[in-house]
Amino acid sequence: MGSRASTLLREEEIEEIKKETGFSHSQITRLYSRFTSLDKGENGTLSREDFQRIPELAINPLGDRIINAFFPEGEDQVNFRGFMRTLAHFRPIEDNEKSRNPTASEPLNSRTNKLLFAFRLYDLDRDDKISRDELLQVLRMMVGVNISDEQLGSIADRTIQEADTNGDSSISFNEFIKVLEKVDVEQKMSIRFLH
Amino acid sequence: MAALWTLPLLLSGCLLGCLALTPPDELPQPHNLPPLLGFNGSDGGPSVDLPMALRVFSVDYHHVQAPFEIVLWIMLASLAKLGFHWSGRVPAVVPESCVLIMVGLLVGGVIYGVRHSAPPTLSADAFFLFLLPPIVLDAGYFLPGRLFFENLGTILWYAVLGTLWNVLGIGLSLYGVCLLAQSSLGDVSLLHCLLFGSLIAAVDPVAVLSVFQEMHVNEQLHILVFGESLLNDAVTVVLYKLFESFLRLPSVSGLDVLLGGCRVVVVGLGGLCVGLFFGLVAALTSRFTSKAQVIAPLFVFLYSYLSYLTSEMLHLSGIMAIVTCAVTMKQYVEANVSEHSNTSIQYFLKMWSSVSETLIFIFLGVSTIQDVHMWSWPFVCSTLLLCLIWRATGVLLLTAVVNKLRRNAVTFRDQFIIAYGGLRGAICFSLVFLIDDFPKKRLFITTTIVVILFTVFVQGMTIKPLVELLDVKRKKRALPTVSEEIHSRLIDHLLAGIEDVVGYWGQHYWKDKFEQFNKKYLRRFLIREDHQARSSILRVYQELERREQRGDEEAPPLVDPRSHSRLLLPEEMDSIRRILSRNLQNFNNKQTPAYSRHTLHQDTTMDRTRKPLHRHQSLGERHTYNTITHWPQVEDGEFSESHRVRAGLSRSHTVCSISPRPVLQDSSASAQTAPADPRPAGDDQVFPQHQVPARRTPKKQLSFVLENEKQQ
Repeated sequence: MGSRASTLLREEEIEEIKKETGFSHSQITRLYSRFTSLDKGENGTLSREDFQRIPELAINPLGDRIINAFFPEGEDQVNFRGFMRTLAHFRPIEDNEKSRNPTASEPLNSRTNKLLFAFRLYDLDRDDKISRDELLQVLRMMVGVNISDEQLGSIADRTIQEADTNGDSSISFNEFIKVLEKVDVEQKMSIRFLH
Repeated sequence: MAALWTLPLLLSGCLLGCLALTPPDELPQPHNLPPLLGFNGSDGGPSVDLPMALRVFSVDYHHVQAPFEIVLWIMLASLAKLGFHWSGRVPAVVPESCVLIMVGLLVGGVIYGVRHSAPPTLSADAFFLFLLPPIVLDAGYFLPGRLFFENLGTILWYAVLGTLWNVLGIGLSLYGVCLLAQSSLGDVSLLHCLLFGSLIAAVDPVAVLSVFQEMHVNEQLHILVFGESLLNDAVTVVLYKLFESFLRLPSVSGLDVLLGGCRVVVVGLGGLCVGLFFGLVAALTSRFTSKAQVIAPLFVFLYSYLSYLTSEMLHLSGIMAIVTCAVTMKQYVEANVSEHSNTSIQYFLKMWSSVSETLIFIFLGVSTIQDVHMWSWPFVCSTLLLCLIWRATGVLLLTAVVNKLRRNAVTFRDQFIIAYGGLRGAICFSLVFLIDDFPKKRLFITTTIVVILFTVFVQGMTIKPLVELLDVKRKKRALPTVSEEIHSRLIDHLLAGIEDVVGYWGQHYWKDKFEQFNKKYLRRFLIREDHQARSSILRVYQELERREQRGDEEAPPLVDPRSHSRLLLPEEMDSIRRILSRNLQNFNNKQTPAYSRHTLHQDTTMDRTRKPLHRHQSLGERHTYNTITHWPQVEDGEFSESHRVRAGLSRSHTVCSISPRPVLQDSSASAQTAPADPRPAGDDQVFPQHQVPARRTPKKQLSFVLENEKQQ
């Protein structure tokens, strides 16, 4: 498994990924070549260092959390399947998918799943709630050092207050969805992958 | 204010006085610069017969006439510019270019009235050789590189295809009009119409820039229009020369048309190559300037100008050459020369381009007052109409196609601005003077002037209100809640990160390749040895910074138990919203262009981010200019430093917040902290984790209504 040729990706794998994520054949091959170019160790998986080598990601305030989101619970390496699974969340929702029958399992790029991805950026301990502390952490990362802790605290309070309907001073996933119902998440959280 | 306005009038008076001293036929064209200055004194000025005694006091105007007049014109231009900026409400309504043209009209009218003959006109040579290069050089030097290359496809699409569409459309339609109005316009041939179309279709970078200064356009739109106006020079010049040579030929064959097509490519690419060559030589030269730092800026200007002149000599696209030269040499020159030299280069560029631009507009005004006008209602009106129509349809069609391939679609508002903001300027004017003489040439000149004045005045003045009208329709939805804002920003950051992971459609592949090549060969060759960074040291530096950042993240913020259950009042909501809008990082809606004629703000941000790095000299780096180049370091090379900084800035920067916001006087923040506030805020936002240890400006607190309340 030493060569980096894209023929390494077998047809059956491409088909499986296609079914699971909904990407097209050419998109998958294109993303595979990006995967291999990131994979400096040439062992077929990406580690956190591989991600950290991307310069813009280092400047991104949420860089580390985004990198974390690629890795499944407790693991340090992500293979191509996992890579694609994460990226599938950002595929645009096509019209023919919107009328999918409700009994089929929800595709990875549905609105709910997109929001769940964003939710998990806050919710590090995976308790399905965004506590005040978690919110403060993210706020501090995004806002920078110019705001005092007290001001930030009040902003966090206000955020929780707007969303909290059951009075537990934290934001559950359903409350999160409700708060963002006016925001066009489908469009905002989509990348137009080139065919 | 009133005093400032009297100055230009005073100067005009002086100017007229000087002009009156000399008989009209002797007046040299302004800007016939040094080579022609030798002719002083040998003219038939008013000679006075005096007794042969020793004269104690005498005036010898002819001795200094030419430079004196040039200086007076430049002085007039600059004072008019000053007056414009001091005149209160005027800049909000009228773009600077309009005011300058009006001043020019005034001066021209006065000169005409005094001397009863045409005032000096802007000669095409003076324009192309002296006035245009500084402006284009300035634009090229401060070009936001990453944004430009990201949008290069779209820009080329608009520039090449759009210009072709406009030229052919306008030319053919005008020919149709001439056929219809056989009586008055019968002798205008198809080739003449095409020639006219080629020079009137071109969007002018000078005019566009000057109008966009006052408008708030987002970066992407700015770079699209600006890039298009720069690149369409190749197409315009080639088509113009092509049609001109066709006019001289007895007949035109298909082969000639084909050759013409090849010429477009040759001209464009040729200009590019010439620019590249001179840029690299300039970079190499700057490597050796450490012993004579004072003249280092001179090389920048000399090489750029040389590239322009060389490509003009070879009938290639001079604008493309000078822009390429500037873009190429910038990263290496900035790394090689001292910081003072850098500042000098930047200020000189701004100064010269400002002066050039002002002079161009004033001369446009002056040149309008002439004897040579020929008017024809159908021709002029149809030209105006056709210009607008063809541009609008061209933009609509092209955008419909290009939107399928872009991530950030060009919205309707943007399309409107692109179409309506296609201003014509001095390039058309000069080109029309260069046409070989034929019976209807004067008509062409008049029409060109009318089109230029129309676009600059009418379109320039109305574009801002019209855009605001369009925006009003979108502003009707309610203010977003705090949650929506915060979560939206989170999503924006997330998307930015994912895009970077995906490598943004594989453009990264070519950038990677270029960076490798750059690092391995170009930088080693073109940058001074002691300025080249050692990557391992920077890796250590970066690691240290990372650890500090991680440390900061894990420290739990102080929690105030009291603030759990308080309800917030409306004023507090407003303050919160203001804080958020100022501090949360903005994405594709940045409201100030990255390039501005009058200010250098984006570069001072860069200086500030450089300074904290100076502190880390303990890491063994004597010259830290390059550290930011490799910061955040990738093993196999990095893009140019300023571009990378700006890349960071372009993702998550608040340079926009540095632009003066009326909201600054929020709450009881002391006056001296308020203006200084956005600047550290701007820098701190970009590199929050990196500036925590190294910030020099003291942290200034935005005071907050809430704090006052708590104290009660």
